[in-house]
Amino acid sequence: MSQNFLDFEQPIADLQARIRELQFATAETDLNISEEIDKLTRKCDALTTSIFAKLSAWQIAQLARHPQRPYTRFYIDSIFTDFEELHGDRLYADDQAIIGGLARLDGQAAVVIGHEKGRDTKEKIYRNFGMPRPEGYRKAKRLFELAERFKLPVFTFIDTPGAYPGIGAEERGQSEAIARNLMVMSQLKTPIISTVIGEGGSGGALAIGVADRVMMLQYSIYSVISPEGCASILYKSAEKAADAAEAMGVTSGHLFERGLVDRVVEEPLGGAHRDEEQMAASLKQALTEELKGLAEQPLDSLLTNRNAKWRSYGEYKEG
Amino acid sequence: MAMSWFEKLIPSRIGTSQDKSKGNVPEGLWVKCNGCSSVLYCAELERDQDVCAKCGTHMPVGARTRLERLLDTDNRTEIAAAVEPVDMLKFRDSKKYRDRLNQAAKDSGEKDALVVMQGAIEGQPVVVAVFEFQFMAGSMGSVVGEKFARACEHCLEHNLPLVCFSASGGARMQEALFSLLQMGKTSAMLGQLNERGLPFISVLTDPTMGGVSASLAMLGDIVIAEPRARIGFAGRRVIEQTVRENLPEGFQSSEFLLEHGAIDMIVDRRNMRDKLGTLLGFLMPGVRSEVPALSHQT
Repeated sequence: MSQNFLDFEQPIADLQARIRELQFATAETDLNISEEIDKLTRKCDALTTSIFAKLSAWQIAQLARHPQRPYTRFYIDSIFTDFEELHGDRLYADDQAIIGGLARLDGQAAVVIGHEKGRDTKEKIYRNFGMPRPEGYRKAKRLFELAERFKLPVFTFIDTPGAYPGIGAEERGQSEAIARNLMVMSQLKTPIISTVIGEGGSGGALAIGVADRVMMLQYSIYSVISPEGCASILYKSAEKAADAAEAMGVTSGHLFERGLVDRVVEEPLGGAHRDEEQMAASLKQALTEELKGLAEQPLDSLLTNRNAKWRSYGEYKEG
Repeated sequence: MAMSWFEKLIPSRIGTSQDKSKGNVPEGLWVKCNGCSSVLYCAELERDQDVCAKCGTHMPVGARTRLERLLDTDNRTEIAAAVEPVDMLKFRDSKKYRDRLNQAAKDSGEKDALVVMQGAIEGQPVVVAVFEFQFMAGSMGSVVGEKFARACEHCLEHNLPLVCFSASGGARMQEALFSLLQMGKTSAMLGQLNERGLPFISVLTDPTMGGVSASLAMLGDIVIAEPRARIGFAGRRVIEQTVRENLPEGFQSSEFLLEHGAIDMIVDRRNMRDKLGTLLGFLMPGVRSEVPALSHQT
């Protein structure tokens, strides 16, 4: 299977190519070079470990947007069972950039909602590259309220470059749709767990991210504006995106240290796309643990805690 | 407000910080309208609350000036005045964030981009938060979020309605995710007001964009806009680059939003105080009038 390598992964790609050559040679001839292959494989793992041990914020941003990175639908299908997709905002349309519905986590009924980016060109266009319009957020809001009505916990999966900046989106109240979700989520009478699985792009991400527990996959990013956007405004050059990513501290490690996310879910060596099943298993474990913790809380303390948590964000001084 | 035309004529030798905050009124007797280029007499413009008498253009107003004109003169108290920004990320782009903060403080006379006061409008107690656009384009970072949260808490504690005048380019990039989360913070606080049945009136002034528009500003029980303000989520340039077509006439203006059902009304600044008084009277029954609130018990 051809792996899609990023620039900084080139040394790994080279090694893997050599391993494949040797494997090919073994099949062709009777030469026993399995020892050599094992050695190279170990070397390759060590190299990957060392490269991934010191990734820059910009490199992590590239992993977060990796074309093979698992999307929401993958996690719904591999972590949950019995997914019933629910469509539409009942007002205007069914936005394909956000999917949602009913599903079970180890038998426990739940509402799942997430951005969906689309894999090939055709699907990317269908999904609008994971950039929701107001109807996407209003569909999510409808599902939040449905969850509250039927006492179902909510799991959201965040993976968007941002809310769609289009004429129709503005005409139909993109700002209001996002704002409303922030408020509705903050007071929703059921547990909410949000996980940034790829790109947490600004308000378009937060609009399904006001949760009791906010988690990030290790190589996902979460930021107020894309590194490119920040660079073009503040540095007057989109080429400075790497600098902007560093300055904004968009990575899970940094944000966890700052207390802005509650938990980081470790990814398989080389990133989620290198071992999707393992990724799904670790995420499932984290979701299960978090839900258990929240389900134990009486509803009024859940809401008190959620409000206190969101009230607490921010750093300032009083002189 | 009480300043007479005569006092305005005499150049002040002692520059108070309050005078400075009226930065939009240039020194001198005459000023050109941003809209129709008419030359306007400063004292008249002041009387008209910085609205051009010729074309109705609403010119920018500093936060304190707005509060000064809006609130009854008695019993005003500033809330959370001491909250100041910190450069928690040691953020540096083409300039250091610290330097930008210092410059903004100098330009605006404020510590950050929001001023909150408790006071009254036509005798009705109210908490009013006003964005200061002169401070880093009214961008929302930790201080704006915190002051807004304290405004809400003050309302919750004393059963008061909240009014907010927004003027903001959006979330403040220099505080990165801290800024984004202020959208959640302010909206959650408004959620508490909502649960308690305390009214929030949001007044959108030019411009109200991005993260401020997509959080507190659009969450009013009643949403008002000043005429011809620019209001939207994404900036025009971003939209043009994305859709590669020309934007419709009047796109993202107050009038456009009213037509599309996004706001309740457009109110001329000169009538704003009256209008807010009337609306608060509806939403806070019993505060001004003697008529008891409707009761479902018989």
